[in-house]
Amino acid sequence: MSKEYILKTENLGIDFGGLTAVNNLNLKIEKNQIYGLIGPNGAGKTTVFNLLTKVYEPTRGKVIIDGQSTEKMDLVAVNKLGIARTFQNIRLFKELSVLDNVKVGLHNQKEYSLVSAIFRLPKFGSAEKEIESEAMELLDVLGLKEFADFKAKNLPYGKQRKLEIARALATHPKILLLDEPAAGMNPAETAELLDTVKFIRDHFQIAILLIEHDMKFVMGLCEKITVLNFGEVLAYGDPDDIKNNPEVIAAYLGSDE
Amino acid sequence: MSFLSYLITGLSLGSVYAIIALGYTMVYGIAKMLNFAHGDVIMVGAYVSFLAIGKYDTPALVACLLSVFACTILGVLIERLAYKPLRSAPSLAVLITAIGVSYFLQNSAQLLWGTDTKVFPAMLGTNQLVLFNGELMISYVTIATIVACIIIMTVLTLFINKTKIGKAMRACSEDKGAAQLMGINVDNTISITFAIGSGLAAIASVLLCTAYPALNPTLGSMPGIKAFTAAVFGGIGSIPGAFIGGLMLGILETFSIVYISSQLSDAIVFGVLIIVLLLRPTGLLGKKIRVKV
Ligand SMILES: Nc1ncnc2c1ncn2[C@@H]1O[C@H](COP(=O)(O)OP(=O)(O)OP(=O)(O)O)[C@@H](O)[C@H]1O
Ligand SMILES: [Mg+2]
Repeated sequence: MSKEYILKTENLGIDFGGLTAVNNLNLKIEKNQIYGLIGPNGAGKTTVFNLLTKVYEPTRGKVIIDGQSTEKMDLVAVNKLGIARTFQNIRLFKELSVLDNVKVGLHNQKEYSLVSAIFRLPKFGSAEKEIESEAMELLDVLGLKEFADFKAKNLPYGKQRKLEIARALATHPKILLLDEPAAGMNPAETAELLDTVKFIRDHFQIAILLIEHDMKFVMGLCEKITVLNFGEVLAYGDPDDIKNNPEVIAAYLGSDE
Repeated sequence: MSFLSYLITGLSLGSVYAIIALGYTMVYGIAKMLNFAHGDVIMVGAYVSFLAIGKYDTPALVACLLSVFACTILGVLIERLAYKPLRSAPSLAVLITAIGVSYFLQNSAQLLWGTDTKVFPAMLGTNQLVLFNGELMISYVTIATIVACIIIMTVLTLFINKTKIGKAMRACSEDKGAAQLMGINVDNTISITFAIGSGLAAIASVLLCTAYPALNPTLGSMPGIKAFTAAVFGGIGSIPGAFIGGLMLGILETFSIVYISSQLSDAIVFGVLIIVLLLRPTGLLGKKIRVKV
């Protein structure tokens, strides 16, 4: 019996001019799986995220999310299909409040026509209340409830990373992509984040694909891991396979990690 | 008492600039482009209400609404046909296209409605409010203009801050890519921005032509440039900036005319703009624009 994959790539690849940034990538991520994508600096990890979310058009191959090929889809369409992400260099709506950052995601779950968007007045009815309470719930999960009225740019760095996760969850993804979620966090914050990511998977029943350089974090969290090096898959397996793989160790030693 | 009367005149003129400046500043904030055809949308709005009243004898309010409707459609059409295809083109190409659209509208108006100057009908009457035993006379048009500007600013601020589409606009103005990945339709959001800006231009056209009733195909140019100046003055991209910039420009221009010289007033206005920009390159309320690498 074949497994149900929430995300698959088939021979996915992209070239930038003469540089092959990603090549021949075949990812298979199951529902509710926590999956790691690791590799030295410049290996092509963020580029993979950009391909999955249609920030870049692939040069070769395709992406299949929840059984649907994303060919001919744009960023909005793949988001509606059930993929959401955070960014390596935080890209919050800095001038919006913490709460509004999350609400923006919740608000746009339904396609709206131009006319209805112009004439729809703020509804202080049940829909708006539901959005408000769901937004607060998401903030609560990420420990940001008491910062709801802060401007996003005034949050400390670690909390900004968490807000990006809350904002991504607001679009009700089936798979969530986290690009170096623990970057810039201290060990205590990282340990807390590890629990939060597990909680998110269990609570929302979604798959999580994450890029991270913190090996303890990756090994402690991921069920399956793909290692990229120079855009190619170097290794694939569970954490123990990867930890003891001599090629992986060599690749990391070869870089300046 | 004459000082007060000039101040009110200045506020009224400034209110018109502010309403027009909103169109420039919102489009700049969200689409990151200077829509130099905005002034000509004002001109089209003026002709629509002129024709509605002059030819079809509609009531003033209906004419005004027709004008808003026509300009809103025109604004969205301009964006979809001329600017949307250039979304990823260099900004110089977009700027030149905007200038092209401006000439296109002016020339079309010349063809359609002729080049001669027409007289705009008095829509709001010429009654005056008399205060202090006749020492201060304010026309109702002046009052209506200032009130309209305050209402527009209040409603727009609420709209931007409270509504779903307002939040989507702010999100798009900060980061279109991230906004799209939150499910926001950027094309719709930009269209709505043009719709609002152009609708406001129509309101400005009625107020402007009531105060200065000469109608011709280039009537939008000068108020357009002044309002653009006001937007830059206040900090382009900032809505309160457009408001403050517009009012200050209107007062400055009026005072220059009455206290210094009517010939020099434009030179003074633009001179002050240059000084402000030298001291504060982002305008009064403008934010430093971060360049993403
Ligand atoms: N838009 C682009 N144009 C040209 N080259 C690019 C572009 N995006 C990425 N690259 C190149 O692709 C390669 C992979 O970059 P990528 O950002 O995916 O690496 P990464 O694995 O995320 O590295 P890091 O761990 O440092 O974040 C790099 O050589 C990078 O310079
Ligand atoms: Mg990266």
